[in-house]
Amino acid sequence: MKIAIQREDFDAGAEARALSDGNAEVGAVASFVGLVRERNDGAAVSTMTLEHYPGMTEKAIRTIVDEARVRWQIIDCTVIHRVGELRPTDQIVLVAVASGHRGDAFAACAFIMDYLKTQAPLWKKEATPEGARWVDARASDDASAARWAPAPTKDRAA
Amino acid sequence: MKVKVLFFASLREQVGRAAEEIELPADVSTVGALRAHLVARGGAWRTALADVRRLRAAVNQDMAPPEVALRTGDEVAFFPPVTGG
Repeated sequence: MKIAIQREDFDAGAEARALSDGNAEVGAVASFVGLVRERNDGAAVSTMTLEHYPGMTEKAIRTIVDEARVRWQIIDCTVIHRVGELRPTDQIVLVAVASGHRGDAFAACAFIMDYLKTQAPLWKKEATPEGARWVDARASDDASAARWAPAPTKDRAA
Repeated sequence: MKVKVLFFASLREQVGRAAEEIELPADVSTVGALRAHLVARGGAWRTALADVRRLRAAVNQDMAPPEVALRTGDEVAFFPPVTGG
């Protein structure tokens, strides 16, 4: 498992390939990349600055991945989240999950993203023509995380 | 009891500091009581910390509801709902 919080950009293709490299058990790799949009809530975004809580961010993401492992068969997983100043079209976040089959890979990837958006201590500040503003948490993000049913018992995941 | 308190994002800007060591009065022994203790400072503290719907807390880097008990040396963080991803 790889969890990284970094200022630098990442190569999503290389990260996804690394998850299956030399491991013939892997039958599926699902990945998600989040990008900086040029418009948010009706305003043009010139830059987006991401702040985080060093230490807790990594710990929170590890907890989310551990929770995903209880629910689905995951062979390996990479989560990279960038911090600092980003611009429209820049990559923000990568979640990539390797599994035996696509169902587990797709579901675990979506679950990790949904929980990352509500549990990992990261905050976005946008620069717009009207000035800088902190992005408001969305009720729809809480709803996305809440749609996942409580974790099944461990024996199902085994 | 002394704790380290951290502030992030909009909260950090509102209260004008990122971190502070606080010696707690004897009756302040939970996350919720610490929040009320800080709100009582008034001004920007009240503005930043009064609305619990827009406030989250962590103790020793785990999300913590108001009833979580504090121990000396704890790292307590206050911040707005998260917006990463």
